[in-house]
Amino acid sequence: MQPDVRREDLRARSTAALNDGFLRGAVGFTVDRLSAAKARSSDAFGNWEAWRERGLEIRAHTLANLDFYLAQFANRASEAGARVHFAKTAAEARRILLEIVREKSARRIVKSKSMLTEELGVNAALAGAGCQVVETDLGEWIVQLAQEAPSHLILPAIHKPRHHIQTLFEAEAGGKLAPDTATLAGFARQRLRREFERADLGITGCNFAVAETGSIALFTNEGNGRMVTTLPQAHVVIMGMERIVPTLADLDVMANLLPRSATGQKLTTYLNVMTGPRRTGELDGPRDLDVIVVDNGRSRILGDPEFRDVLGCIRCGACLNVCPVYRQIGGHAYGSVYGGPIGAVLSPLLEPSGPATELANASTLCGACFEACPVKIPLHDHLVQLRRRNVAAGQGGVAEALSFRIFGHVFSSPRWFGLLGRAFRFVRRRLGRNRSDYWARFVPAFAAWTKYRAVPEPPERAFRDSFEEGSQ
Amino acid sequence: MKVALFATCLVDQMFPAVAESTARVLRRHGCELSFPPGQVCCGQPAFNSGYFDDARRVAASLLAALEGVDYVVTPSGSCAAMIHHHYRRLFEGDVARSAAAQRLAERSYEFSQFMINVLGVERLDGSFPHAVTFHPSCHGARLLGARQEPLTLLRAVPDLELRPLERADDCCGFGGTFSIKLPAISAAIADEKLRHVTDTGARYLVGTDLGCLMHLSGRLQRRGVAVEALHIAQLIDRAQASGAS
Repeated sequence: MQPDVRREDLRARSTAALNDGFLRGAVGFTVDRLSAAKARSSDAFGNWEAWRERGLEIRAHTLANLDFYLAQFANRASEAGARVHFAKTAAEARRILLEIVREKSARRIVKSKSMLTEELGVNAALAGAGCQVVETDLGEWIVQLAQEAPSHLILPAIHKPRHHIQTLFEAEAGGKLAPDTATLAGFARQRLRREFERADLGITGCNFAVAETGSIALFTNEGNGRMVTTLPQAHVVIMGMERIVPTLADLDVMANLLPRSATGQKLTTYLNVMTGPRRTGELDGPRDLDVIVVDNGRSRILGDPEFRDVLGCIRCGACLNVCPVYRQIGGHAYGSVYGGPIGAVLSPLLEPSGPATELANASTLCGACFEACPVKIPLHDHLVQLRRRNVAAGQGGVAEALSFRIFGHVFSSPRWFGLLGRAFRFVRRRLGRNRSDYWARFVPAFAAWTKYRAVPEPPERAFRDSFEEGSQ
Repeated sequence: MKVALFATCLVDQMFPAVAESTARVLRRHGCELSFPPGQVCCGQPAFNSGYFDDARRVAASLLAALEGVDYVVTPSGSCAAMIHHHYRRLFEGDVARSAAAQRLAERSYEFSQFMINVLGVERLDGSFPHAVTFHPSCHGARLLGARQEPLTLLRAVPDLELRPLERADDCCGFGGTFSIKLPAISAAIADEKLRHVTDTGARYLVGTDLGCLMHLSGRLQRRGVAVEALHIAQLIDRAQASGAS
C-alpha cells in the first residue's frame, strides 16, 4: 500500500470520527472521568513516581531475562497441571486453539476480555469452526452485538452512547428495554448467566503470568472472568509472551499500578490468581487448563534495542485517556487492533509492513502518554523513531523528502535563509498579501493550514535584519 | 551578563516583534545582548518528522553558531527542549558534536526559566491591567520542565489578573507537521483548547512557544474570536513599556 493511501485512509477515518458527535461526546466524557480518577488515586497512594520507577524496573528486568522467566513459568505451570503451548504466529495460535476445541468437542465458548484474541482473530476462527462464541465482558459483548471491534484497551465500548446500547440490547431481547443502567445491565447479566451455564469452554487473556508459581493473574471488574474460568470444564488462556512477572511480589506492584492507571481503582474488583486446573478434592475450577503463549512478532520487538521497552506495556489504557488525538477521534479511527499512543507504536512494530506504520503521524508529540504511563515507556520518543524508520523506508514520499532536503540546506545556511526569507516576504507582500487562497492552490501544505487557520502576515523585516548589538 | 539570543527560525522570519520584546526585556534586566548571526534553527521540524540527517545538518550549524557564548536564551520552550533532550540522540556517535551539544544544553534557557532561575526576577516593573490566561506548551512544560516559571513570571507583573485555564496541560493540537498532515484533528484539538480559553473571559492568551501560538491565534482569527495571543515576553514588554507602576 502506498503511503498516500495510508494517510488518506487515516484522514478519512478520523474525519468520520470528528463528524460523529455521539462518539466524541462519549469518548471525551469517559476519558476525562478515567484520567481524573487516575490522578486522584495515584496522588492519594503517594510516591507515584517511585512506583512508576519500580514498575519500569520490573518490566525491564523481566524483558531482559524473558527466556529464563518464560521457561520457569512453563515448567511451574506444567507442574501444576496445565498444558503449555507456544505459538510463533497468529495462525499457529489459532491452530492450537482449534485443536483444543476439537479435542474437547466444545461448541459453546465464553470469553472474558482479551485484546490479544482480537489481535489473533480468534473469534472469527472459532466461528469458522462452527463454534458459538460469546464475549462476557459487558463492553466487549456490546461491541460483539454491534459487530464492531473494541475501541479502547480496557473499555471496548467507550464510543457507544447509552441509547445505542439500548437499541442493541432490544434487538437481542426482542422487545423494549428501559434505558436506565439497572435495566440494561440486568438484561446483560441474565443473558450472560445463561451462556456461562451452558458453555463447554472458557477463553481468557492474561494480565500477568507469574514465573515463580506458574500462575495466571486476571484483573476484572465484572466477575465474568471468574465465571469463564470456573464454570466450563475447560479453560484456555491465551497470553502474549511478554505478560510475565518473575514473582508474586512483582505481581503486587502491578496490582497497584494497573488498576490505578486504568480506572483510578485502588484494586481491581476481582483479582484471580490461578495456578493449574482443579485439583483433587477442589470444588470448582476447570478440569483442563491450556495456556497458549503467543509470539506473533514479539520476539522481533524483544530483539530491537530501540523498542524493546514497548513490550513492558501493561495495557492499562492510561495513554489513551490523556491523548489529545485519541480524545477527538476514538479508537476505531486508528484502524488497528490497538489504538491510541500505544497502538500507534505497537501496531507497526507487530506488523512492520502493515498499514499501521502511518499511525506514527497520528500524534502531536505532546508527551502526555509518557507522563501517564505507569511503566514509563517514552512513547513520544518512539513515535519519532518510527517516523524515522518510515522515512528510511521511503514512506514519506519524494516531495516530503525533497522538502526536508531543501530545509536541511537552507536552514543550515544563515545566508540562504536570510535571502530566501527576504524573497518570500517580498513575493507574499507584493503578490499574495491577504490572499492565502492564492498560495493554497500551489502548496498543499499551505492549503492544509489555511483550511482551518489564518496565516500570519509576514513582517516588514526579519529580526536578523534589524537587530542592533549592545545593551540598550 | 552576556546573553546570546537564539530567536528561532519562526520568530526571526515571521514574528520578529517577539524577539524584539525578548531583547528589550532582557536588556531592562541588565543583560548585554548579542545575536550570533550564524544561527537559524534548532532542526526540530526535520527531527520530529523523522528526517534525522537533514535535522543534523541544521542542528550542527546551530551548534557552531552558538559555540562559546555564556548564555543562550530563546523565546521557545520547544526549541530549548530540542537542544536539551534530542541533540543527544541526534549526535550519538559524534564525540565532538555530542560534547558541543552538551555544552550548549548547559548554557541554554527558555526565556521564562532564564528570567526566574538565572536572573532571579521576583518583581517586574510596569503594569498590565488585564485578564490573562496561560497555556503551558507541552514541550516547554513536559520535556523542559518549565511548569512554574512562566506562572511565577506572570504573577510578578503588576495589575495582571491571571485566570486559571481549564485542562491547561492539554495539547493545543499544533504538533509541528501534524498540523498539516492531519489538519482536521489538529483544529478539533485547538477548538477544545480555545473553548476553555474563552470560558476564562480573558482578553489575552499567553504562551511560551510561537508554534502553538501561531496555530491558536490563526484559529482564533479564523473563527473571529476576540482574544489576542501573546508571547510571555511580549506581555512583559508591554507592561514595562506602559511605565505606570
